[in-house]
Amino acid sequence: MTAEIIVVTSGKGGVGKTTTSASLATGLAMAGKKVAVIDFDVGLRNLDLIMGCERRVVYDFVNVIHGEATVKQALIKDKRHENLHVLAASQTRDKDALTQEGVEKVLDELSKDGFDYIVCDSPAGIEKGAHLAMYFADHAVVVVNPEVSSVRDSDRILGLLASKTRRAERGDGAVAQHLLLTRYNPARVAIGEMLSVKDVEEILGLSVIGVIPESENVLAASNAGVPVILDENSNAGQAYRDTVARLLGEERPLRFVDAPKKGFFQRVFGG
Amino acid sequence: MGILDFLKRKPEPSAVVAKERLRIIVAQERSTRGAPDYLPLLRNELLEVIRKYVNVDLEAININVERDSGHEVLELSVALPDGKPAATPAG
Ligand SMILES: Nc1ncnc2c1ncn2[C@@H]1O[C@H](COP(=O)(O)OP(=O)(O)OP(=O)(O)O)[C@@H](O)[C@H]1O
Ligand SMILES: [Mg+2]
Repeated sequence: MTAEIIVVTSGKGGVGKTTTSASLATGLAMAGKKVAVIDFDVGLRNLDLIMGCERRVVYDFVNVIHGEATVKQALIKDKRHENLHVLAASQTRDKDALTQEGVEKVLDELSKDGFDYIVCDSPAGIEKGAHLAMYFADHAVVVVNPEVSSVRDSDRILGLLASKTRRAERGDGAVAQHLLLTRYNPARVAIGEMLSVKDVEEILGLSVIGVIPESENVLAASNAGVPVILDENSNAGQAYRDTVARLLGEERPLRFVDAPKKGFFQRVFGG
Repeated sequence: MGILDFLKRKPEPSAVVAKERLRIIVAQERSTRGAPDYLPLLRNELLEVIRKYVNVDLEAININVERDSGHEVLELSVALPDGKPAATPAG
C-alpha cells in the first residue's frame, strides 16, 4: 500500500489553505485513516499553531531532509487522534532548504511506515515551495475564495497541476483536482455582491467538492489551536466533515449555500 | 430609453461584472498557458502594426498556441470592427 498524497494549494495567499489542511487531516484521521500533515511553508511555520501542537515542535521538515533527525523523531503525534501526525515547517529563511529529492525521501518513508494519507499544506504563490508541495501529489484540493483574484490564481494553479507535477511529467494519470470554495457568504451572494458557487464552477470548469461558509468559528478554532472540523456545532466544521466524506467517496448534498430566509418583520422593516 | 427607465435602472450587481471579467481573463490566460513569455509583447506590437490600418483595440486580438504531434502552431485572429472600412494606410 502506498500513501495517497493530497496537496492543499491555492496560488493566492490567505485564502484558507492551512485552515483546510488542518481540518481535512483531522477529518481523515477521525475516519480511521493514518494521516500525516506536512507544513511546506518554510520560514512561516503556522500549521503547528492551527493544530495546537506548537510547543511540542522539536525537529522540523528541513531537519529531516538534512538528516539531522529521522522522520519518526520529527513527527508530532496529535493530542486528540493517535493516528494523526504533524510535521512542522522549518523557521529557516533559506528558501532552498527544501529539495525535490529530500521531499521525495520523506514522502517515501511515510508511505513505507504505513500512512494512508499525507496532506501537504502548500505555501502561497507559485514559487519553489508551492511547486514542491504539489509535485508528488495524487490529489489536489484547490482552495478558492469567491473573489476575482483568488479565482484567477486558482486557474493558474490548475494549469500547473496539469503540467508541472510528477504525474503529469510521467504521464501516469492526472492529479485529481478538487475545488474547495471557502469563506462563502450566501447572504452576499443572494444580493449579487459575491460570486456564487455556480459562477465559480462555470468560470473554472470544475465542480466543487465542498463549500465552507465564512464563519466566526474559524477564528475561535485557531485561537484555541483546535481544527474547526472538531467544532461540531459550527457550520464551517460541518461543511469540512462533508468535504472529508466526499473525498472518501461518499455523496453528500451541499449545505450552508443558501441565504437564511428572512422573517416577516425583517421583510417588512428591512435588516 | 425613457428618462424613467434610466432613473429606474439598477446598476449591474458587482458579482455579474466579476464573473464576466473572470470569464474573459481566464479564457485568455488558458489559451496562452505554457506558451512563450514573449506572447504579450508580440500581441502589443501586432496591435501597433494593425492599428496603422484599422482601428482595433487589444481585446480584438486573439492569440492561441496549439500543440499537436511535435509541432506548435501560433494561431492569430483579429476581430475587425464591423461597418467601418479599413482606413487608408498611414504614411
Ligand atoms: N471559512 C472561514 N471563515 C472565516 N475565516 C476564515 C475561513 N477560512 C479561513 N479563515 C481565516 O482566513 C485567514 C487565513 O487562513 P489560512 O491561514 O488558513 O490561509 P492560508 O491560505 O493558509 O494563508 P497563507 O497563504 O498565508 O498560508 C485566517 O485568519 C483564518 O482564520
Ligand atoms: Mg498557510
